[in-house]
Amino acid sequence: MSKPKVATVWLEACAGCHMSFLDIDERIVDLLDKVELTSCPITDIKEIPKVTVGVISGALGNDEEVHIARDIREKCDILIAWGDCAVMGGINSMRNFMKPEEALEVGYKDTLSTVNPDGVIPGEDLPKLLPMAIPIDDEVKVDVYIPGCPPDADTILYVFQEILEGRIPTVPVDMMRYD
Amino acid sequence: MPKERKTIVVNPITRIEGHGKITVYLDDSGNVDETRFHVTQFRGFEAFCKGRDFREMPVITPRICGICPVSHHLASAKACDAILGVTITPTAHKLRELMHMGQIVQSHALSFFHLSSPDLLFGFDADPAVRHVGGVARDFPELAKRGILMRKFGQELIKTLGGKKIHPWHSIPGGVNRSIKVEERDLFLKGLPEQKEAIKDTIELIRKYLEDNGEEAKKFATLKSSYLGLVKGGKLELFDGDIRLRGPRGRITDEFPDVEYLEHIGEHVEPWSYLKFPFYRSLGFPQGSYRVGPLGRVNACDDFATPEASKELKRFRELGEDGMVHYTMYTHYARLMEVLYALERMEELLLDEDITGSDLRVSSKGLQPEGIGVIEAPRGTLIHHYQVDEVGSVKAVNLIVATGHNNYAMNKGVEMVAKEFIHGADVKEGALNRMEHVIRCYDPCLSCSTHAVGKMPLKVSIVDGDGREIREILKG
Repeated sequence: MSKPKVATVWLEACAGCHMSFLDIDERIVDLLDKVELTSCPITDIKEIPKVTVGVISGALGNDEEVHIARDIREKCDILIAWGDCAVMGGINSMRNFMKPEEALEVGYKDTLSTVNPDGVIPGEDLPKLLPMAIPIDDEVKVDVYIPGCPPDADTILYVFQEILEGRIPTVPVDMMRYD
Repeated sequence: MPKERKTIVVNPITRIEGHGKITVYLDDSGNVDETRFHVTQFRGFEAFCKGRDFREMPVITPRICGICPVSHHLASAKACDAILGVTITPTAHKLRELMHMGQIVQSHALSFFHLSSPDLLFGFDADPAVRHVGGVARDFPELAKRGILMRKFGQELIKTLGGKKIHPWHSIPGGVNRSIKVEERDLFLKGLPEQKEAIKDTIELIRKYLEDNGEEAKKFATLKSSYLGLVKGGKLELFDGDIRLRGPRGRITDEFPDVEYLEHIGEHVEPWSYLKFPFYRSLGFPQGSYRVGPLGRVNACDDFATPEASKELKRFRELGEDGMVHYTMYTHYARLMEVLYALERMEELLLDEDITGSDLRVSSKGLQPEGIGVIEAPRGTLIHHYQVDEVGSVKAVNLIVATGHNNYAMNKGVEMVAKEFIHGADVKEGALNRMEHVIRCYDPCLSCSTHAVGKMPLKVSIVDGDGREIREILKG
């Protein structure tokens, strides 16, 4: 039997979920023996191939992120929403009380140390912000939800072990965290 | 009339913390005309924190970055102390610094072992299928194990103090919420020698690598720039000091208290990146650009305050010219020296009797209208600045994040490498990876830098002047 392939992406997120994955520490060596890690922020494989497991951390905040979410959904059998941002929008959804244009104005014009006499707002060759930062399942179907900011390393490992055993994981209540 | 030029796009840049892409513009003869390193995400922390109670900031702002959340947690707490108008107790100060040393160790270990070592061990031209941490674990199991355990050591210390490894909660405005128990302290003291030995061996490894790759390592994206970092009495400082700027020839340009940053540092905006470009105001942009982070700090300071790191710094400086080391690749070496310093400093703090003290918090008599907190995050100088109303509701937030300071240098470095390795539409994978490695040298935390930080296939697209794609190479 060939090893199940895994791809992970990180969208509107802080990288904490991927760091928590690395926090499985020395057990990562064993895990990487059992699964084939394909496209992922810690590898140089940039094209998402057909995989068994797709993992998304982060919310959807711009058009490029929506494109990536759809891409990984099409290419994987099981899609995991990993962390509060992917599951619920997380900290990013704090910007949903204002228009994206207002947030950009504050960031690039009002901030105290910004020197921007021409009032340049970035946008050239850059993804466009969505009106709101939204959870993954607003756009694509999600099979497994793992909340937490970030989820514990043990929880992440548990989910992979369940998948390796051929089960669709349900995160036990004592492994759930929402901070 | 726009100039006719072809473009090459590297998207996404992997093995860095965040979202970026590189565009290379070619001129008609196929030579590199210009490159741009774009940061492609914006989240808007400076905007959406307005209206929050300032006491929430040490919990909200770490979510800017999961790689060095402790830096934001601490910079934020320092800004909040200033709003409370208090000086925290020696115990609280030392516990915060202790957590920060754990952070430096874990973050630098991640940067070197997990993200950069694949390039150094396998070479820039190796197959992407092995050129990652999994490949390192398979082919260099001892090194990988040491890297993993070093990061774990730092993370465990953070968890001990703050309850979890990522987004811990330990500092509060006016102090900290828990001390370290004697038995916990002893456990970390016991673990220190093994980590020190590991880092010293790794330093020898990087020295050998740099020696073996002499000219290429020295040439690689090297810039004779200014350098900025915190110092205390001239010594490199990671937690609490004055901001020093040193010029490319070694002369100290300026040194000022961290709370005066706004008089000296401005941020420039370009339309093609969500990441701003900080600069030293007196010199303007881009002449006033400088570098921060490990290389910035070791060049800005006179010395390390701990004995073994100080000894190592002397060896390091022998490799440069007139005591200045401008070689970008040597950032890896500087980073490892800082781990040695952080471990030594950790030991000093753990042996300090204040560290197990119980005097953790001071209360405030009234709020000040603003507070500034500055710290050296692993990737460079991090500035949090809040203004509040009379009840402590946040009116304005200004964040200058470590990676931002290096924005100009990263762009210049990518351009230098591109000019050397790309001619016409024939682009080899190694060339693209070298450009990425420039970025990786700076270990940018792009999630931080845009407070804000897509993955698309690596697409090299060659576009003619009319915007027609004449060739596309996809990499899987």
